Amino acid sequence: MTVTALMQDETPRAATDAPLLDVRGLVTEFRSRSATVVANASVSLQVPRGRTVGIVGESGSGKSVLCRSILRLLPSPPARIAGGEVWFEGRDLLTLGVREMAQVRGTRLRMIFQNPMTSLNPVWPIGDQITEGLRVHYGLSGHAARQRGLELLQQVGIPSPESRFDDYPFQWSGGMLQRAVIAMAMAGEPSLLLADEPTTALDVTIQDQILALLVDLQERTQMAMVLVSHDLAVIAETSDIVAVMYAGRVMEVAPVKALFEQPLHPYTVGLLASTPHAETTDRLESIPGQPPSLSQRTVGCPFAERCRFASKDCHNTPVTLREMVDGHASACLFPERIGRAGA
Amino acid sequence: MSTYTTASSTLLSTRISREMALWPLSLKIGFGIVGTIVVAGILAPVIAPYDPFFQDFTAALVPPNLEHPLGTDMLGRDIFSRVLYGIRIDMQIGFLTTYVPMIYGVALGAAAGYFGGWFDTVVMRVLDIAMAFPFLVLIIVILSILGPGVQNIYIAVFLVAWTMYARLARAEMLVERNKDYILAARALGYGSGRIIFRHALPNIVNSSIVFSMADFVLNILLVSGLSFLGLGVQPPAPEWGAMIAEGRDFIFQAWWISTLPGLVLVLAGTGLSLVGDGLAQRFGQRQQALL
Repeated sequence: MTVTALMQDETPRAATDAPLLDVRGLVTEFRSRSATVVANASVSLQVPRGRTVGIVGESGSGKSVLCRSILRLLPSPPARIAGGEVWFEGRDLLTLGVREMAQVRGTRLRMIFQNPMTSLNPVWPIGDQITEGLRVHYGLSGHAARQRGLELLQQVGIPSPESRFDDYPFQWSGGMLQRAVIAMAMAGEPSLLLADEPTTALDVTIQDQILALLVDLQERTQMAMVLVSHDLAVIAETSDIVAVMYAGRVMEVAPVKALFEQPLHPYTVGLLASTPHAETTDRLESIPGQPPSLSQRTVGCPFAERCRFASKDCHNTPVTLREMVDGHASACLFPERIGRAGA
Repeated sequence: MSTYTTASSTLLSTRISREMALWPLSLKIGFGIVGTIVVAGILAPVIAPYDPFFQDFTAALVPPNLEHPLGTDMLGRDIFSRVLYGIRIDMQIGFLTTYVPMIYGVALGAAAGYFGGWFDTVVMRVLDIAMAFPFLVLIIVILSILGPGVQNIYIAVFLVAWTMYARLARAEMLVERNKDYILAARALGYGSGRIIFRHALPNIVNSSIVFSMADFVLNILLVSGLSFLGLGVQPPAPEWGAMIAEGRDFIFQAWWISTLPGLVLVLAGTGLSLVGDGLAQRFGQRQQALL
């Protein structure tokens, strides 16, 4: 989303400087008889090689739908990808056949889910599940796969993996299972890992460990990561670039430091203001109102209803993400108002 | 739970005995009955005192005594021997008419539930058509077109018996396919076949296994019933239903010809039902342990 400049660039994507993942104008809808819910309304997002992009937003802002749309995991119907392109390693994932897509999922582009307790099959030993991908996608023999599986478990910090390899998921704790899930994801040496709220289901001390593990693995393998969270602290700690989502759109993208120091979108300002700080005992600010219903199409800015800086234009001018400062883009029509109000 | 924590590192025999210690009483009793019957069937040539086809007119219609534990029929054949050999026929037909349709019924239902869409619609409409006719009536119609005989029983039952399994498997799959581990398996790039059969199937097959026990009973009764009506196994084969039919004419002079094979039939049915109930209980316990 280093945005407009790159979006207009129609030259063939050179392997070197092109982003690893380039989502362009992705639209994902859910259709039912009575309504069409637009969960992602023209989302654009770029993930450079070896970097971490954090996606923040409240529940229902389309973070998980975005991840699942990229991997084409949403059941259709009711979900439908109505537009856009998802470029990954030189191919548009939306045009791939089923087998090619499975190959990409199995080797280069991995995803881990929120709840490790339910993302493993209860009836198979954990070791088997970790090595299954190696056997399926890489044709490793049982023995070689087991060796690699043990290595992976070691890497994700499971002590004495040999004795735990044949355990079943219910014998492990949530934190250990998330490590196992990460081991499964790392099995294919992916170039991109989509982590959909990987720590939300875990308790706080384990959260830190898992995040540290992810950052560590990323540094060692040079993979890129998309980290979805509703927790700004998690994003601040781990990400290089942050995308703020609201009502199925990206409202602001910026390098992590810039976003926290100089937010250029009123929603981001509100989000930051509603985060508790240890130093102050002041009452937390909240954003008034409710997020808009995603089944009603709005012409203007989806945040206009709740925005204290909004003017008439905000309600009826379509907004797009525009680059304001170097690498810092916002979908706000009047970002200068934020500074003037002395936020 | 403690029995599980070390389960992976212990011998298979130890694991089996531990598992059996957790069985509910009905499963133990049912397993005992069915096991005894199956073993007796396998060992029939060793146990049976007479050839099941050997006729001895000097000893026709002999009531149960030490020489003939269950008496003899109107042709002087030893009923005990015939009942033993009958186990082979009835259990074999019962087994095949239950588990062959179960295999493709579950596979079809699971696939229909997983994929949804037009495939699901087609499978379910075919299923509705097969289910619209009363089971027994449909079988009898098919048999009267194809003619009586074991082979035609198989054909008739294979055409209709898969429907319940497809229903069960589909219903379970509709729940299972939305679970995270299936989504995770898709995210790991596994093919649909692998996801359906390796990942989902072990989690949805329990109800079909439980149902198969009740189905097994019904199928044995069905085969006996058809043979009783002359549509199934033909005399002189020692099939329980055919034996019951043969004894009909002598029911007042020689009650044992029909009654004793009938009692064995009841025993086999009871045993299988107990296994079914027991399995349902045990699966329920394991489900609870997993949660």
